[in-house]
Amino acid sequence: MTNFNNLDISTAKECLLKKEFSSLELTKYFIERIEKSDLNCFITHTFENAIEMAKESDKKISRNEEIGTLEGIPIGMKDLFCTKGIRTTAGSKILENFIPFYESTVSKNLLNDGAVILGKTNMDEFAMGSANTTSFFGNVINPLKSNGENDKDLVPGGSSGGSASSVAANLCMGATGSDTGGSIRQPASFCGLVGLKPSYGRCSRFGMIAFASSLDQAGPITKTVIDAAIMLQSMSSYDEKDSTSSRKPIPHYLDFLNFDIKGKKIGLPTEYKVEGLNSDIVKVWEDTVNLFKKKGAEIVNISLPHTSFALPTYYIIAPAEASANLARYDGVKYGFREKSEDLEDMYEFTRAKGFGHEVKRRLMIGTYVLSAGYYDAYYLKALKVRQLISDDFKSAFEKCDLILTPTTPNVAFPIGEKQKDPIEMYLNDILTVPASLAGLPAISVTAGKNSNKLPIGMQIIGRPFEEISILAAGKLIEDCKDF
Amino acid sequence: MSIDNKTVKKVSKLAKIRINEKEETKLIEELNNILGWVDELKKVDTEQIEPMLSVFNESMIMRKDEVSSETSDELVLKNAPESKSGFFVVPKVVE
Repeated sequence: MTNFNNLDISTAKECLLKKEFSSLELTKYFIERIEKSDLNCFITHTFENAIEMAKESDKKISRNEEIGTLEGIPIGMKDLFCTKGIRTTAGSKILENFIPFYESTVSKNLLNDGAVILGKTNMDEFAMGSANTTSFFGNVINPLKSNGENDKDLVPGGSSGGSASSVAANLCMGATGSDTGGSIRQPASFCGLVGLKPSYGRCSRFGMIAFASSLDQAGPITKTVIDAAIMLQSMSSYDEKDSTSSRKPIPHYLDFLNFDIKGKKIGLPTEYKVEGLNSDIVKVWEDTVNLFKKKGAEIVNISLPHTSFALPTYYIIAPAEASANLARYDGVKYGFREKSEDLEDMYEFTRAKGFGHEVKRRLMIGTYVLSAGYYDAYYLKALKVRQLISDDFKSAFEKCDLILTPTTPNVAFPIGEKQKDPIEMYLNDILTVPASLAGLPAISVTAGKNSNKLPIGMQIIGRPFEEISILAAGKLIEDCKDF
Repeated sequence: MSIDNKTVKKVSKLAKIRINEKEETKLIEELNNILGWVDELKKVDTEQIEPMLSVFNESMIMRKDEVSSETSDELVLKNAPESKSGFFVVPKVVE
């Protein structure tokens, strides 16, 4: 069998068209790799469907019929996207037996474009986590190892940990993720990949299991920037089933290849030099700044004065929205039920047994900050600070075209670390949360490695709906990394 | 404001999550830590600021109020832990 190691989506597309290999061969290759893998990347396999889809794609290609942008390309689907007739769990016991009778818009778009879905990828329970350690189906292992003195298993990041790990381990060609506060960008950074969170409203939320609706946004995790553009093209659409779906025209994302960074202003926010920012990461950040300078971009220092308040704001707003969204899991309509003689007991025991501790804690916080007497002090206050954070970006983008920052304050850490104090885990998202609160597009691209050979991701944040410019900046970094 | 066991009990009742004593102790500590941390926001002057409800700034469109046949009672009930004669079944609530 051909070795498909290091094959990216854009190359595979060409080879499929030239009939150098078939989608069936490609799909079988990945199925075999998934079967041999012990990284726990997938919650549910859909191999039989995948084989059928691959055969269908091969048929279309051989007959020279019209084909989709992802025709015959095997991918992973985060288990947050409802897939018709295929179990969808969101990484939770409470949905362990849930089989949707409808398709999420994002997965429908990918299927319509010919993508072959290999299975549903593991994730933090209800996307609440930054290490993929909160999944009911067990933690995911990062295929990368530290070159240091220990060879401990590392976290892949979260919440899209199964997606990132499966792409990094070459178990699929690309995967869908969802990002509420960093859940695409942070795992992409930890696994040495490209992760793109589009502008809020670009990908439909219909059928994507809700965590915090004003923040949730789907996006791709891929090996290359070009692949990210290809997958994003398929995932994006206006959808009348999502009331916050954007009607702005969708560009041809591959046009980013004609976008010139020369003369563009790259903003460096002073406030992102946060306490605890790893020195190797600072070094890669500086190197990347020099790279942009060399390529003719202008570097400007900018200020996002409310940055330090972004994380506390997020940890009020996201749990508050989650407490409303997750009220639907009551043991009546679908999912797990803990039987009881009394209705109230049934609700309370179902939710006590169905949710894991991280989810329960966030639901408790969310319920508290929305409860009578505390709403103004916490929730309303957070909404006002969110406005200030968003305004910071608006002023910054008057001075620059793109913002360059590290994606995370640290590289991938061993499984089991940062488990004692929730806030320590939350700090992982300190550099990704602000763009989420402002609904801005952002990409993470590997820009270097630390002394132990672990990848370091740089984040580029753009103006609303300017995905083209962040893709172009990402490509510039990708093309110039010398490791 | 610090969270005591009375508050945790009340909030767990509102969230409809039964918690045992061990969880209660753990949650008191964790919630106090997190709420202490988010108290940082009090330092921000928001006197003249309007709350930001959404980043979405396009007008929302009303969809047509039409009956769709995309689904059926049977399909909806398929995932129910218990159903009978086209209805969800819950523990008895009236005598």
